[in-house]
Amino acid sequence: MNDKIAAHVRDIPRSGIRDFFEVVQSMHDVISLGIGEPDFATPWHIREAALFSLEKGRTGYTSNLGLPRLREAISSYVGRHFGVDYHAPSEILVSVGVSEAIDIALRALLNPGDEVLYHEPCYVSYAPSVTLAHGVPVAVPVREQDRFMLRADELEKRITPKSKILLLNFPTNPTGGTMPRQELEAIAEVCRRHDLIVLSDEIYAELTYDDAEHVSIASLPGMRERTVFLHGLSKGWAMTGFRIGYACAPAPLVEAMMKIHQYAILCAPIMGQDAAIEALEHGEPAVKHMHEKYELRRNYIAAALNDMGLRCPVPRGAFYVFPEIRSTGLTSREFSLRLLEEQKVAVVPGPAFGPSGEGFVRCSYATSLEQIKIAMERMAGFVAGLQKRAA
Amino acid sequence: METLLRLLQQDSTAPREELARQLNLSVQEVNQRIAGLEQEGVIRGYQAIVDKERFDKNTVTAMIEVRITPERGGGFDRIAQRIAKFDQVVSCYLMSGGYDLMVVVQGGSLREVASFVSEKLSTLEPVISTATHFRLKSYKENGALLVGETPDDRLPVSP
Repeated sequence: MNDKIAAHVRDIPRSGIRDFFEVVQSMHDVISLGIGEPDFATPWHIREAALFSLEKGRTGYTSNLGLPRLREAISSYVGRHFGVDYHAPSEILVSVGVSEAIDIALRALLNPGDEVLYHEPCYVSYAPSVTLAHGVPVAVPVREQDRFMLRADELEKRITPKSKILLLNFPTNPTGGTMPRQELEAIAEVCRRHDLIVLSDEIYAELTYDDAEHVSIASLPGMRERTVFLHGLSKGWAMTGFRIGYACAPAPLVEAMMKIHQYAILCAPIMGQDAAIEALEHGEPAVKHMHEKYELRRNYIAAALNDMGLRCPVPRGAFYVFPEIRSTGLTSREFSLRLLEEQKVAVVPGPAFGPSGEGFVRCSYATSLEQIKIAMERMAGFVAGLQKRAA
Repeated sequence: METLLRLLQQDSTAPREELARQLNLSVQEVNQRIAGLEQEGVIRGYQAIVDKERFDKNTVTAMIEVRITPERGGGFDRIAQRIAKFDQVVSCYLMSGGYDLMVVVQGGSLREVASFVSEKLSTLEPVISTATHFRLKSYKENGALLVGETPDDRLPVSP
């Protein structure tokens, strides 16, 4: 049967995270720092709104672009928090998570062979999504010494006449990296000069710490017209299972994305959309509450990792820390597997997020402080044991 | 400071090292701040949150609405303080609306609470009337849900 599978699908490698998942799942009593979703259940008032929506019998399709009231709520939220205004009837599309929005944006924009630049280590779906849309993924490695920011000179080096899209994700999964305004302005300048379209996945925007300002590239001069702003409710509002994301972009592009969305998906589920309206209109205190929890855990986990001798500059976004494990003499995969076998703590090897993740592991702090504490104790024991054996 | 207070309100038994790490402070700084809050009277004490139904099935809690005649000069304060001093009274609040004081009373039996109301509370001269409501079941105590949600069933590793 394998010869029947389309070549560009067959050639996509299995996700490294899936491999690791299977090992973890076969074990008992593992403390997992490998989870890329909030540990909080969706705030009650949002769940309650979803229940109310079901009670009222709201169980049908919605318009392809999404409920008009939700698009109005998105327009108002994005205007207020990101400083970019989008026309709700024509410039906003509600998708099934940001993942779908990225997929349809790529498919709407790419001709075969067009190149898509993205910073790496990055979320696992970017390169495969580009390949599936018949584009060519071009990784731009980012470095820990730059706090995992994308550097304009590194980006520009990899631009060719085929370059069409730059895919950004700040704050970044898996590094927690963020982009200060000045660095982002330099990237915007490169995009304008080389006429690149930007897909900006800002799903972790609400989870920015140390009073760092989150800046959307869409808000910079001359960028709104070349940017697809991508966001959703999954992370900041702890609504992963509701599957609600959205894309904001100039009308012709939204129209093109809609052509794919309407035939492939039809619409995002109405229950999730109703919940999203409640989340956007009344969810800010709950988001703030979770933000505080994440920030405190981040402080704890970064201090603990540094104390045990794993270099870990304190990241300013998302809910991940990305410590360097080279000092242990192990590869990321060896480190993760042995930590799992010897101490029953799961972290994700950095290369699951691209080859430039080698030498690092991703630890998620979307887990209770109690669990984090035990995990850090076990990990410290593991690292100390390695050093002893090496000495 | 606000964050430290919130953390203590959630779990006042949290080790000081743990608080310090979360707040990017030294243990000494955390100790100083807590001592300061205690001295200022912001922190009035530390207690365990108890699910009383599991501990003693006979414990009775009642919320009593009390209407009183305010005194010239003293208002409600003097009589409220008198009521609050009874050991049986767990909490006592001045309220807006149809009655004046909400008095939360705890006792070892129904009879004990009833006799407190009839013998102590109602007999105070400024008390015009009382309405006693007995607690039947607790669902949430001091911010802690007593009937929990399903345990964490997320996938153990996800992107």
